[in-house]
Amino acid sequence: MADDRTLADILRSQGISRRGFLKFCATTASMMALSPAMVPKIAEALENAKRPSVIWLSFQECTGCTESLTRSHAPTIEKLIFDVISLDHHHTLMAASGHAVDEAMQEAMKENYGKYLLIVDGSIPVGNPAYSTIGGVSNLEMLKDAAKGAAAIVSVGTCAAFGGLPYAKPNPTGAVPVTEIIKDKPIINVPGCPPIPVVITGVLAQFLTFGKLPEMDELGRPMAFFGKNIHDRCYRRPFYERGEFAETFDDEGAKKGWCLFKLGCKGPVTYNACATTKWNEGTSWPVESGHGCLGCSQPNFWDMGGFYNALSTPTIDIAKTAAVGLAAGAAIGVAAGALNRSKKAKAAREHETVTVNDLEKGAKS
Amino acid sequence: MNGKSSCSEETACSDELYTGNVTPILNEIRHALKKLLEEGESTIIDLRALPMGPGEEQQLESLLGIGEVTANIDAMGPSTVNETLFAGVWLITHRNTEDAILGKFIEITRYPSILESQTVDMHSALKALPDLLTENG
Repeated sequence: MADDRTLADILRSQGISRRGFLKFCATTASMMALSPAMVPKIAEALENAKRPSVIWLSFQECTGCTESLTRSHAPTIEKLIFDVISLDHHHTLMAASGHAVDEAMQEAMKENYGKYLLIVDGSIPVGNPAYSTIGGVSNLEMLKDAAKGAAAIVSVGTCAAFGGLPYAKPNPTGAVPVTEIIKDKPIINVPGCPPIPVVITGVLAQFLTFGKLPEMDELGRPMAFFGKNIHDRCYRRPFYERGEFAETFDDEGAKKGWCLFKLGCKGPVTYNACATTKWNEGTSWPVESGHGCLGCSQPNFWDMGGFYNALSTPTIDIAKTAAVGLAAGAAIGVAAGALNRSKKAKAAREHETVTVNDLEKGAKS
Repeated sequence: MNGKSSCSEETACSDELYTGNVTPILNEIRHALKKLLEEGESTIIDLRALPMGPGEEQQLESLLGIGEVTANIDAMGPSTVNETLFAGVWLITHRNTEDAILGKFIEITRYPSILESQTVDMHSALKALPDLLTENG
């Protein structure tokens, strides 16, 4: 609920010294991917920042985005940020249930009208709004209602930002992202499946610090985190430059940590901060663990032609694909891929079950 | 400079992957140190903002080594401030109370500002001292 204390007041009331506050600011600047020279400005802005009301709505989603945030080891910067915001409504995290949940949300929206930050995870089904409802209210109506009084909207996760998995072909629920519905509010997309926790809180911290959303790219993502692609910041990039590629997940190249491009890595077309921010308290990230980037922060990543197909493998037209593959001297792999896809399509038409063995047979034939 | 670092740039401390980012950072430090001496301007490098392969951060730290000054701070979790073997080049590591690293910075400065006593905290201390005197009067 409304709280007139500033962030500095709250931290001080928790016994945190000014030196501790400066440490908080230094790590917050790092988290927001801002220059360390910005720390004094961040300190000044945060000292006077008021505790904002935040309403979090979850629609067609798997709760992975909330898990990403709350499974961070506590106490972290993420936790501190959440200590200083007033999270007035979150279906998964709030203690209240039933009608009390709806009442709490309505009260928070009324009290903070025009000022609250609305966070949405999950896509919204518009094919038939009844596909996803909460307390009998469709996601569509709930979003429209909550968006009216929001100062800004943060679409957390690829589902809210770009439609995500529910949006994948054939999109049975008619899922759409937030931007397809709300057109008159500032919206920032924080995609990822799930997003990196510090990227979520980095956007919140930026909003707290400067009272506005940060600079965004053409897809509405914060430039600070999504301004560079994975490939450009990947520590395996030198292997790519030298043409040293792992061909399978257990060959010598894989063991030597060579580039995963041929194994389907989507790093060259994916914009995210994984390569520098990493995961699990900076421990590692998918490429460091030996698996290519899935491109989960990009629109339509589920339909990008297969997680294990190299980006250079054409996938649109089977006949053309085989021809291009032959020209490139990669006839066997591409033709096998075409056969696999043909088999899958046939199975889908005839409702057959297609197994890994079937696919392997297709690849050998 | 005194002391020794435990590995050379040519020979990485481990057989991990090598991206070649250690040399540019060392050059950036060299430029920053020159600027500090000539213009008095400090520089902070955020190590978390740079792509590093497994083992490279340790390689950089090992090359810089540990110099004459080490300070420990206990504020929202431990922080360590080490002057490296190169005077004016400091390595600062901030951790949370569970010892997870929150941030790692190289500061090129005469002394890192995080070590300074803060005015607000000194005012609090000034208020607390009379109580201490009364209790022990």
